[in-house]
Amino acid sequence: MNIIKNRYLYFLISLLVIIPGIIFMIINWVNFRTPLPLGVDFTGGSLLEVRFAGTRPDSGEVQDAFLKFAPNTDPIIQPLGDDSYAIRSKTIDDATKGEIVIEFERISGSTVNTLAFASVSASVGAEVTRAAGVAILMAAVAILLYIWYAFRGVDHAFRYGTAAIMAMLHDVFVVLGVEAILAYFLGWEADALFLTALLTVIGFSVHDTIVVFDRIRENTSVYRRVAYEPLVNHSIVQTLDRSINTQLTVLFTLFALALFGGESIRHFVIILLVGIFSGTYSSIFNASPILVVWENQEWRNWFQRRATA
Amino acid sequence: MTRRNTNWLIIIIFLLALALWVDLINEINITNPFNHQTLIFRNVKTRLGLDLRGGLQTLLEADLPENASISPEELAVTRQILESRANALGVSEVVMQTAGERRIVAEFPGVSNPEEVVASLQQTGLLEFVDMGTTPVDPGTIIKTDFAESDSTIPASTPEATATADPNQPGPTAEPTQPAETVYHTVMTGTGLKEAHVSSDRTGQPAVSFTLSSEGAQIFADYTTTHTNQYLGIVLDKSVISAPIVRNPITDGQGVIEGRFTAQEANHLAIQLRYGSLPVPVKIVESRTVGATLGEESVRKSLLAGMIGLGVVILFMLLYYRLPGFIADLALITYAILSLALFKFVPVVLTLPGIAGFILSIGMAVDANILIFERLKEELRAGRHLRQAIDLGWSRAWPSIRDSNSSTLITCLILYVFGNTFGASMVKGFSITLALGVLVSLFTAIIVTRTFLHTVLDNLKLPDHPHWFGL
Repeated sequence: MNIIKNRYLYFLISLLVIIPGIIFMIINWVNFRTPLPLGVDFTGGSLLEVRFAGTRPDSGEVQDAFLKFAPNTDPIIQPLGDDSYAIRSKTIDDATKGEIVIEFERISGSTVNTLAFASVSASVGAEVTRAAGVAILMAAVAILLYIWYAFRGVDHAFRYGTAAIMAMLHDVFVVLGVEAILAYFLGWEADALFLTALLTVIGFSVHDTIVVFDRIRENTSVYRRVAYEPLVNHSIVQTLDRSINTQLTVLFTLFALALFGGESIRHFVIILLVGIFSGTYSSIFNASPILVVWENQEWRNWFQRRATA
Repeated sequence: MTRRNTNWLIIIIFLLALALWVDLINEINITNPFNHQTLIFRNVKTRLGLDLRGGLQTLLEADLPENASISPEELAVTRQILESRANALGVSEVVMQTAGERRIVAEFPGVSNPEEVVASLQQTGLLEFVDMGTTPVDPGTIIKTDFAESDSTIPASTPEATATADPNQPGPTAEPTQPAETVYHTVMTGTGLKEAHVSSDRTGQPAVSFTLSSEGAQIFADYTTTHTNQYLGIVLDKSVISAPIVRNPITDGQGVIEGRFTAQEANHLAIQLRYGSLPVPVKIVESRTVGATLGEESVRKSLLAGMIGLGVVILFMLLYYRLPGFIADLALITYAILSLALFKFVPVVLTLPGIAGFILSIGMAVDANILIFERLKEELRAGRHLRQAIDLGWSRAWPSIRDSNSSTLITCLILYVFGNTFGASMVKGFSITLALGVLVSLFTAIIVTRTFLHTVLDNLKLPDHPHWFGL
């Protein structure tokens, strides 16, 4: 099996996934002024989820009732299942929420159950967004430093760290792209849990890449006479069974969560599924091939090829 | 085979028994059999987060300008007072923690009246006795006083201001819409109070009786002696509660606040007066409520998902890796039992993402075993003896396991710090369960699996069946 030989095909496959994601981020930017529609955790605002025990009033009535107690809050009302609504609006306080729920009970003539209510002030939202950026950056830097340290005995230790970070960025872009596409079609919003999923994917992606790199590290000292390219390929093939099996066990548990774990974490689990699948793909088909591209300094050929074509 | 293996086996069985015991009980309570004194007591009930059992979570922030410095002590005292207030309201298992330099996270599991709790938290609880001269102000009116004036209705925390202020300007009634018109003089604040409790007035209406400290009683006596037949405003957080007229000097330091209260309102007021005003005024910047219904559904569904996930992984390992797979499955069950016991003992509050993190770590726990078994197979294919292959498999897989898990732990640490700063207990819960899961899985995958495998090989003598190893 020669994975390294077809490296440009695998890079192309990655691009075919990432580019549509970027296109949808641009579409979202045009529509909502943000590449990913963000939830109240980041933007500030309120999200109220209510379940009607009796017949559910139509969204117009719900909107009127909402505006009666919380004027000028721009509520957006989305049906949730067939007996509930999710209402997003500017920040309202608990007292107002209480009045609104009582009003809902009055217009529907039955009990209204508050499933969930979140209210985040705009300043906290902005701060969380900043901190989220810092958290992702810190994770990347910390992991780069760790790999650099772990591979300090190997030639070009810095390359390993950089290649792992590039594979990680690949996974980040796949996840962001898929989120952008799902946000467009299903109206998903990125919340704190999305960020958690993203950071977990980062951790897992590097986890997976390191296993392959580790084999390369070991093989460089075992087969001193073998050229770099077949050596890397051999290392990938050797760890392939492990990569796929680990991937499978994690996917089994995540599939179980996605199918049976309930509505509230489905978004979270699906993002993890996508990211972890991407993490395995990138550690096999991107990270190590990048090492080979670097070793051969192939960017010179890219230039030549384009020049001769 | 070796003594080392036997030792490990004993340790593992002991740990397993201990963990099973913790899993099945709700509290550890060991008493000294000789004098019946409690030696060890620890509540090890499974703690469910708000998203699983329903409840209210709020993030409170100091309501002071961005550059105002707040000492950790002030914030800690604020937290203490808020916690006392919430407990006095009858909310059980309140958890309050300071988060960062100017925030407090408050969690109220299972509350059914989040609005009321939130309202009681937000009040600063600043009681003032205000000189109203000859014109009373209607209850409910928002007024300005000369005590620690600020641009909002929330006073700053400078109790010295009382002593230095001049007695001046008894003025006409201020309109609620134009509170800036008159600044009333504060005679005394709630710090002069010693005690407050609910009582009833002559008509049987609920009221709040208070006793003043000796210092407070002195100020009160002096004031009422010189201001008979004038109105004394009782003001809470700048809102007038009542404005009784002073008929006779009050020298015994006893008083009653009447204000057409309901029993509940009187109780709230008494609570606020009893625990004093907050050194740092707070506002609510984030509030989350999860209904109990949603929580119950989530617990049921995630448990089901966990069982199914675990089942599929166990089956997969058994089919693919045969005998070692079976051993790994035993190690996996050990892992589940140990982690659960650890979660209960630490204790870790289980949230929905926390459970997801745990279930995810099941997959990762198997990863270490897969790494080892793939290595084991390679060594066997290379023609090594089984026992040698096992030892080589473990020692060669170790660097990969170490490095890959380190990167996951680094991410967990960053998630934890992030979650902690913002009181995002969901993010925090996820990082804690994932990190503990990774640590326990290292133990089970490396030590437990190897010990079990050696034990089986020693007692069953089957090194002649390569297909039992999936070869």
